[in-house]
Amino acid sequence: MMTGRNLISVAVLAASGGAALAEGELNALVWCDHTDPALIEPFEAAHDVKVNLREYEGTGAALALLEQSRPGDWDVLVVDGIDVFRAVEAGVLAPLPEGAAPTGDFFPQVVMAENNTVDGVTYAVTEKFGYNTISYNADKVDPADMEDLTSVWADKYKGRISIYDYYLPVMGLAAMSEGIDTAAIGEGDLEQIGGVLSTMRANAASVAGVVAAQTALATGEVDIVVGGGEWLTAVLASEQPELTWTIPKQGAVRWAQSIGVVEGANNPDLAAEFIKYITGPEGQARLATSSCFWGMPANAKAGDVLTDAQKDILRWDQQPDYLALSQLYPAPDADLDIEMQDLWLDTLQQ
Amino acid sequence: MSRIQSRFQGWGLVAPALLWTTAFFVVPFVVMAAMSFASLEGRTLVWGFSFENYARLLEKAYLWRAIIVSLEITLTVTAVSVLLAYPLAWIIAFRVPQRWQRLALLLAILPFWTSYVVRSYAWLLVLAREGVVNQTMLALGLISDPITLANTRFATITGFVHFFVMLLTLTIYANLIQLPPNYRRAAMDLGANAFQTFRHVILPLTLPGIVTGAFLTFVLCIGDYVTPQILGGNTELTVPQVIMVQLGRRADFPLASALAIVLMGIVALAYLTSSRWLRLDRI
Repeated sequence: MMTGRNLISVAVLAASGGAALAEGELNALVWCDHTDPALIEPFEAAHDVKVNLREYEGTGAALALLEQSRPGDWDVLVVDGIDVFRAVEAGVLAPLPEGAAPTGDFFPQVVMAENNTVDGVTYAVTEKFGYNTISYNADKVDPADMEDLTSVWADKYKGRISIYDYYLPVMGLAAMSEGIDTAAIGEGDLEQIGGVLSTMRANAASVAGVVAAQTALATGEVDIVVGGGEWLTAVLASEQPELTWTIPKQGAVRWAQSIGVVEGANNPDLAAEFIKYITGPEGQARLATSSCFWGMPANAKAGDVLTDAQKDILRWDQQPDYLALSQLYPAPDADLDIEMQDLWLDTLQQ
Repeated sequence: MSRIQSRFQGWGLVAPALLWTTAFFVVPFVVMAAMSFASLEGRTLVWGFSFENYARLLEKAYLWRAIIVSLEITLTVTAVSVLLAYPLAWIIAFRVPQRWQRLALLLAILPFWTSYVVRSYAWLLVLAREGVVNQTMLALGLISDPITLANTRFATITGFVHFFVMLLTLTIYANLIQLPPNYRRAAMDLGANAFQTFRHVILPLTLPGIVTGAFLTFVLCIGDYVTPQILGGNTELTVPQVIMVQLGRRADFPLASALAIVLMGIVALAYLTSSRWLRLDRI
């Protein structure tokens, strides 16, 4: 008898037409930065294959999609670094083949074995990272104010702030402004963090996703994006160099994305080759400067491929300081995650 | 042809539509309804029969607030759209020469030709602090500093009204042109002035068109995610936005399903309230 979940699967497959299963094709569930042809085409040409990409937003959405797919539909998954364990728990990631992604040349702080390894087995590798911090228009605000989180969301900038619409990094920043480490956030800290969020919210003109935040900053609707960073302003840098970012004295939240092979992949060898390419210097440089959003490559050797101008925009030389100042995304367990999301939604509805 | 043959032929003709509706409405609805009684234990979906998700709707202020926000926006959009669309449809039906009416209708629905998302972002730019509206008001000396229009409920309603006035204009126009001109002449002959003719003859006869358009506006508006997300700036959340948040990271399908069922309940209530005047054949 067909269960409810089977029925959903049939409906999803019918709607999507099913993912391609051809031998010379690789199916990857990715973030938008992987859809840049400048990143994918060299791999396709080198291996004479077609890479089919499907973008998603939110780990929950990706896991639901994978759960409803047939084994073999997907070969590669790009996932939020803090959610690798969720993907492993859900059984959608296969152990990473040995040698698929040597991390010897990586920035040591972003290897993050504790995120990518579960019970001693490595399931994914960090491919890109960056910061959720403060983006701003240097012509409109006092850059000195941007060096202190509490002055960023002070009344002085009321109505000129946009908050990035993702609760984990923004609550991480709020915690750091109160001297709470992101890794140590517990239920008992939520009231204090909620107070900061309320102040932030009261002075914000909007709470915006990536495109809306970029548009707001670029059009002068707001002058500051809390939770922004190089990923928000780097693609605008050539046309509007006044749009920049900084890491305040309290620090910033560090995001990282990982890549792995999907359990039951139809083309595991090709998937491993793809991961090798993405984490190699050439792929890393292209991924770092993707037309969707920029970010730091995990592999430091990408610095040999990136131009000086690109490295300037990424603040390549300041990375040792930035890495030291930043803390990882909060990684709450399921119960705390619900509490944090509820607090976030309560704040938005105030 | 025997009665049995005729019955089989009848089912044969109905079968494609029946199968389509069963596969793409009835089954998904049943799955969604069942899901709304399931729960998440940690991050694991547990099927069962629990009212936990519906209880959360009452417990969590942001959830019932989302329902109120959705209703407030939807009712405002519906009322404003009707008030704007009726005169427009009237002018096209009775003031524009018949040979130009097709062109007038075409112009009225022209914005339908652009992408919904693009149109929403265009409104964001128009309403921005540096946008056309603020710049015009500044140039005319109506304001001394730009005012906040984008990322507000006003922006959401503006985006919606722009879209739904077109839809309502079509449904009301379709209703107006079906009115025999003799009715108006007869009312005038009996001594009614223009307002009385409108109030006692035209308006009651065009009510089905208005209610049909208003109902469609209500249904489409209350379930829309794109416009409030782009134009509202998340300064307040509607039900579809809260549903998306539940799905995005935590994959809380049970709560999202409960919210969707509540939305369907509201739409059903709107249907029952307006069913007396609903005439879908007038569209």
